[in-house]
Amino acid sequence: MDALEIDRAVHRLGREIAERARAAGAAGQLAIVGIRRGGIFLAQRLRAELKGALGVEPPLGTLDIALYRDDVAEQGAAPVIGPTDISFPVGGKTLVLVDDVLYTGRTVRAALDEIVDFGRPRRVWLAVLVDRGGRELPIAADFTGARLDVAEGDDVQVRLREAGAAEDQVVVKARRAP
Amino acid sequence: MIGRHKHCLALQDFSREEILEVIDLAVSMKEVLRRPIKKVPSLRGKTVVNLFFEASTRTRSSFEIAAKVLSADALNWTSSSSSVTKGETLVDTARNLEAMRPDVLVIRHAAGGAPRLVADHVGCAVVSAGDGAHEHPSQGLLDCFTLRERLGDLAGKTVAIVGDISHSRVARSDLFALTKLGATVRLCGPPTMIPAGIESLGATVHHELREAVAGADAVVMLRIQHERIGDPLIPGTREYSKLWGLNARKAEEWLTPHCVILHPGPINRGVELAPEVADGPRSLILDQVQNGVAVRMAILYLLAGGSSAEAGGASEAKAHG
Repeated sequence: MDALEIDRAVHRLGREIAERARAAGAAGQLAIVGIRRGGIFLAQRLRAELKGALGVEPPLGTLDIALYRDDVAEQGAAPVIGPTDISFPVGGKTLVLVDDVLYTGRTVRAALDEIVDFGRPRRVWLAVLVDRGGRELPIAADFTGARLDVAEGDDVQVRLREAGAAEDQVVVKARRAP
Repeated sequence: MIGRHKHCLALQDFSREEILEVIDLAVSMKEVLRRPIKKVPSLRGKTVVNLFFEASTRTRSSFEIAAKVLSADALNWTSSSSSVTKGETLVDTARNLEAMRPDVLVIRHAAGGAPRLVADHVGCAVVSAGDGAHEHPSQGLLDCFTLRERLGDLAGKTVAIVGDISHSRVARSDLFALTKLGATVRLCGPPTMIPAGIESLGATVHHELREAVAGADAVVMLRIQHERIGDPLIPGTREYSKLWGLNARKAEEWLTPHCVILHPGPINRGVELAPEVADGPRSLILDQVQNGVAVRMAILYLLAGGSSAEAGGASEAKAHG
């Protein structure tokens, strides 16, 4: 995906979320939560889109799921933990969980567990830029920017300007030779 | 692992990067403590055994809460109600507890080096919660965390440590950690309570409180242990308080306006620290207690979680998908 395709995808995601929020009567109760690290910049872009579409700017939070991972004991590695920042009350909100790539679904499982420790949202939607398949858990996105058909083990990288990339880009890297 | 360490025994062995690894992680851990539900599942199924051969309320409850917030099971074991009273040796006690498969042993002992001895005989991670007059590494880390929160980077900052330096494991851990983070450390106390040659560890020695705290960014007041009062080291509480205690008047006249005050607790109010100062705006004493839980969460997470932070990070977070 190149920069233009990413722009279009984000714009379309914003429109779809706004429409669905209006239909659910939740436009005023919307909040966006980006999953560190890839989801944060997308969450910021989606917030701008939603502000344009709805006229109100939904609150934005960030989630670091490292403490909720299911493989800390298994892989024997303590992952780096970044800050989680949910500074609005979660109770009653319609939360849009945002990540760049949806793969096994384990990150989303961890994010859902973490979110409910902050309160009881009215509902949670999942928006992702890329769905690359390969799910290991029964989890599906409500809003998907693009579906990529890639081999298991390949690395899908979303590079955004906010993260220091020269231009927005989604690249697929083949698995390194073993 | 904290850097290359499997255990947390002495800050003397820690590098600047290893100290910062714990402190930076503690920032994220502190956020967890502010949540409505103060519990995360990361150490679910892990067991932390607190082995306390010496009295402690703050440190023991701090390790216990830290373990519980991370969802580890915490077992508290105090020597007074144990087989130590029947003559069991330290190593035998530790080995028996290890047979119950804990992931981390937290040990406080009156003898310096006891945690190291245990670490040499067991397979699990060992954390010193204070050993004799040797070190109190988690206190040193939480003091640095608290000071960085208030003062920012500690490079070039000046910290005075005042009290019974000879018998203080806090002073030693603070001294090692602060100097590694680039701070200048001044030690102050009665000449009988400052070990000869301590300057070789990178500190300056002062016997006048006024001189030690002049221009300092922070002052760490140490607890004067009651058992030392009246023995030849210091004549009495009143004289100690007069010469080395900090009261409101001295704080007002001698400290710079931004200078903050730390105390590892428990405070002898009116001896080393006057109540107005302990409860005043300069005091970070209660911040230290809260930060203590966050720092101990970071230590337990790094030691029970496995290898060092470099092994984690972005690439693995991606693989988690």
